[in-house]
Amino acid sequence: MQATMNAGLNFDITAEQEAIQRLCRELADDLIAPAAEELDAKSEFPYDIVAKLAELGLLGIPWPEKYGGIGADTVSYALAVMEIARGDASVGITLAAHTSLGSAPFYYFGSEEQKQRYLVPLAQGTTLWGFGLTEPGAGSDAGNVQTRATLAGDHWVINGAKAFITNSGTRITGGTTITAWTGMRPDGRKEITNLIVPQNTPGFSASKKYRKMGWRASDTRELSFVDAQIPAENVLGGRGRGFKQFLDILDGGRISVAAVSLGLASAAFEAALKYAKERQAFGSAIGKFQAIQFKLADMKMEIEHAKLMMLKAAWEKDAGRDYVMSASLAKLYAGEVSRRVCNEAVQIHGGYGFMDEYPVSRYYRDQKVNEIGEGSNEIQRLIIARLLGL
Amino acid sequence: MKIVVTVKLVPDPNAEKKIDAGSKRLVRTGIETVLNPYDEYAIEGALKIKESLGGDTTVTIFSMAPAASKEVLRKALAMGADDAVLLTDPALEGSDVRGTAYAMAQGIKQTGFDLVICGGLADDGSTGGVPGALAEYLGVPGFTNCRQVEVAGGTLKVQRETDSGYQVVSGPLPALVSVTMAIGEPRYASLKGIMGAKKKSIATLALAALSVDGAVGGDGAKTEVRAVAAPPVREKARVVEAPDGAAGARAIFDLLKEKKLV
Ligand SMILES: Cc1cc2nc3c(=O)[nH]c(=O)nc-3n(C[C@H](O)[C@H](O)[C@H](O)COP(=O)(O)OP(=O)(O)OC[C@H]3O[C@@H](n4cnc5c(N)ncnc54)[C@H](O)[C@@H]3O)c2cc1C
Ligand SMILES: Cc1cc2nc3c(=O)[nH]c(=O)nc-3n(C[C@H](O)[C@H](O)[C@H](O)COP(=O)(O)OP(=O)(O)OC[C@H]3O[C@@H](n4cnc5c(N)ncnc54)[C@H](O)[C@@H]3O)c2cc1C
Repeated sequence: MQATMNAGLNFDITAEQEAIQRLCRELADDLIAPAAEELDAKSEFPYDIVAKLAELGLLGIPWPEKYGGIGADTVSYALAVMEIARGDASVGITLAAHTSLGSAPFYYFGSEEQKQRYLVPLAQGTTLWGFGLTEPGAGSDAGNVQTRATLAGDHWVINGAKAFITNSGTRITGGTTITAWTGMRPDGRKEITNLIVPQNTPGFSASKKYRKMGWRASDTRELSFVDAQIPAENVLGGRGRGFKQFLDILDGGRISVAAVSLGLASAAFEAALKYAKERQAFGSAIGKFQAIQFKLADMKMEIEHAKLMMLKAAWEKDAGRDYVMSASLAKLYAGEVSRRVCNEAVQIHGGYGFMDEYPVSRYYRDQKVNEIGEGSNEIQRLIIARLLGL
Repeated sequence: MKIVVTVKLVPDPNAEKKIDAGSKRLVRTGIETVLNPYDEYAIEGALKIKESLGGDTTVTIFSMAPAASKEVLRKALAMGADDAVLLTDPALEGSDVRGTAYAMAQGIKQTGFDLVICGGLADDGSTGGVPGALAEYLGVPGFTNCRQVEVAGGTLKVQRETDSGYQVVSGPLPALVSVTMAIGEPRYASLKGIMGAKKKSIATLALAALSVDGAVGGDGAKTEVRAVAAPPVREKARVVEAPDGAAGARAIFDLLKEKKLV
């Protein structure tokens, strides 16, 4: 963690941050955006694109080189996710979930041996990994874990289910880290432990992919555990630490979800701006009408605002500061901005915006989950209110 | 083996451009400077040779450009080149093709090389004249329009694109080649490359360090721009409509005949 220098306020990013952003922008334009429509239509996981991201080092941006990563900062990571999501939100969330949910727990809480064994291939991108917190009956209230794990000699026996788990069932998924209750605490609450469940674990299975409104190219599955057995050593960072750990993981993840929202909003804005200049009605381009101009001006304003919030949260994390409030504000705001911007982008497209051939119709479907996943809008407001001392 | 890749820094090809009526030069203010896209193919070609030879083969980027654009070369280093040399001097401003090639040759001699690889064409000046002139001033054989370049056992073997196919030509090193886009799509800079580029060297070279006879820059130019004009706007294509193929062929034939082309 770098020490904070008091160099005053400065909005310049470094040459490396800019080069990483530019690379991701090129990838989005060259490879990702052109593939997005078909991947969405077929609900197909983007294996080729993920392989390219892995080859270029994009699946291990924040982790140190000794763990197979790049050693870049959170600002670089956020900019990368934003640009990739501008190409396609499904690819953006695949990258964000792999890094902030799948890999981060190993980096922050894993033993040295676990880092070598699990984090290295994840950072290199040869495998993906899921993070299983949500259950069919426990989402926002994720502490209310029903999945039960009991220690039986040298292994854990797990029973239960997880819902909506990203990256949990691709051909290259190595496994999922799950929260499970492993006993009762002295204060009468459940003891929650994070357990490492490799994909080939007996008694463990990932369902078929859900059929989704958006993010269709991303891999989301339900996981079931029927007397699933994993070695006793597959505990991440100590028994009973699970609750605190997943809260920490979600804090960091919010910056990257803000980035996904922003990338999507930028794509929608660019499409709407272009269309407003081209589409003719009543003898002029619709962009000449003040009603359309004001929409675009508002979209621009809100995207810029959300971007500053995301970058501030990332900057605080890099500076080793408390970034919980900023990350929550950024995630909440960027999610709402993506809804408004994608909605107006469709409006500006008129009837064509309702047609599948126009990317804005996909953006409109893709944006909704930004307000639900990784802590819904309501939960973000709850977090912010708590931090305000309410 | 030491490979030198010549890379021109040009105004963003996608930006709209204007020619200043007074100086008859391109207005560069407000336009981003980027690596000449064609030269990214030259870099790709060089990196492929480096990969095939392994060992102590190095790739040096050589550019003649204003000092302010130095950091633009970082992208070439991120792609995998080992270091870069920027030949820069206010006296070089206004160089024509001959002056450019002459000054570059002096700089490249100083840098040292076994093989010089050029792009086929600069996006701005677009004469395609530099590679040939550079080979001449370096006093080495020049192989232009190469779609494939191989180095084995100290000799060079290239495939030169021609209108009807390609020629296979070999020759000794040191030498100069210019490549076509068939050499292979330029690679993306990897994140490791981007992070590593920070630590690589970009040396600057001023004219004073070279043995030049003064015939460079605007003063040394043997050419003079008399006038600048926009190319004529092409006429709209004429569409021949016909009920079937035979009638269409007939109509096109009549048209060609009318223009005395057949
Ligand atoms: C595509 C997708 C991918 C996902 N990926 C993952 C993943 O990789 N890993 C993972 O663990 N989870 C994942 N999730 C799950 C996601 O985090 C949850 O859906 C989310 O946290 C909401 O939980 P829930 O669906 O159970 O809704 P609920 O918690 O049942 O909420 C229903 C509604 O009630 C509101 N609500 C709940 N509690 C309160 C309260 N106290 N005050 C006010 N309002 C409240 C909510 O905001 C929401 O509007 C994913 C979800 C989706 C859709
Ligand atoms: C508006 C305008 C007017 C011009 N008028 C004239 C004129 O009247 N007479 C004249 O001779 N030239 C003229 N030029 C050309 C100008 O001087 C050339 O840009 C310069 O001499 C290099 O030639 P080129 O751009 O055609 O490069 P090309 O020969 O097209 O470049 C081929 C390859 O040579 C290498 N190369 C070329 N230049 C450099 C460089 N500076 N650094 C590193 N590598 C390089 C690159 O690998 C490049 O891909 C004009 C240019 C402009 C923009």
